[in-house]
Amino acid sequence: MKYLRYTLPLAIFLGLVWFLFQGLFLDPKEVPSPLINKPAPAFALEQLDQPGASIKRDDMLGKVWLLNVFASWCVACREEHPLLVQFSRMKLVPIYGLNYKDERAAGMKWLASFGNPYEASLFDHDGRVGIDYGVYGVPESFLIDAKGVIRYKQIGPFTPEAIQTKLIPLVQQLQKEAGHV
Amino acid sequence: MFDRRLASSRLLAVVLAALLLALGLGRAAANEAAPAAADPALEARMLAITAELRCMVCQNQTIADSHADLAVDLRQQVREMLQKGMSDQQITDYMTQRYGDFVLYRPPFKGSTALLWIGPGVMLVAGLSVLVLVLRRRSRMAPEQFEADEAPTPESERDPA
Repeated sequence: MKYLRYTLPLAIFLGLVWFLFQGLFLDPKEVPSPLINKPAPAFALEQLDQPGASIKRDDMLGKVWLLNVFASWCVACREEHPLLVQFSRMKLVPIYGLNYKDERAAGMKWLASFGNPYEASLFDHDGRVGIDYGVYGVPESFLIDAKGVIRYKQIGPFTPEAIQTKLIPLVQQLQKEAGHV
Repeated sequence: MFDRRLASSRLLAVVLAALLLALGLGRAAANEAAPAAADPALEARMLAITAELRCMVCQNQTIADSHADLAVDLRQQVREMLQKGMSDQQITDYMTQRYGDFVLYRPPFKGSTALLWIGPGVMLVAGLSVLVLVLRRRSRMAPEQFEADEAPTPESERDPA
């Protein structure tokens, strides 16, 4: 009973240290999206390079696809972009860009100088589609399955590890699921 | 990771612009002031709703306070929703559908937020019960078990353990 006087505070202290230590590796900016496993919000947007040609959410049904939110003013997108270009060459999954709150000329110039990994880019000039997708820190990416359901969200830039350990396995799994439908 | 640098440089630009306006160097009305004049009641309702919502970009500010681009857009969104006659509840639901309960400064009580709500109460009760236990045990102790009030020498003040 007597030694409890010393071990109990020590145990509480160590518990506190453990929690605070864990806290060092948590990013408060990464707020889990409530949209995971929900149908992707509808949109109908013009393409970045083709005003007049629009793409709707429902045009995408039947295939697994990745929606990557980017902007020419976004610094972190520049870090991520070479990875996406590289990933797009693997031809595992079509990538569509969502050019968020940008100007057409700036967005197109950006793609021309850094490479274009996208099948097509959607032009979200006023950011309304971004709001519907709960975008708050560009870049963000959404992996959407063949039924139009959001299955994964990457908040912030992709890292090589995230692509290898999360994105690629999930793409393969979702494509397998789609094959059975 | 995110565009914090950009956000902060934009914030700086906004602050500088506000200072210039305050100094009377820029007489043009800020574009956000116009709707307030158009319908003060609607603007007040919009500010009341957005004061309860967290800005996801600068997380310790409300959407009503923040100068982040997203907050400006969301204030406009709330204005338009109010013009359409939507209720406060419909607007907060719209926000939680997109950003989750985290967007609410007063999140609802449910499984995932239970610890948040009852945690402080549990800690308080635990602390008080330890205090009561200790005090009770001491009140039952015989007077000889306590140290003398006045220590005769400095050495005797030290805890022998």
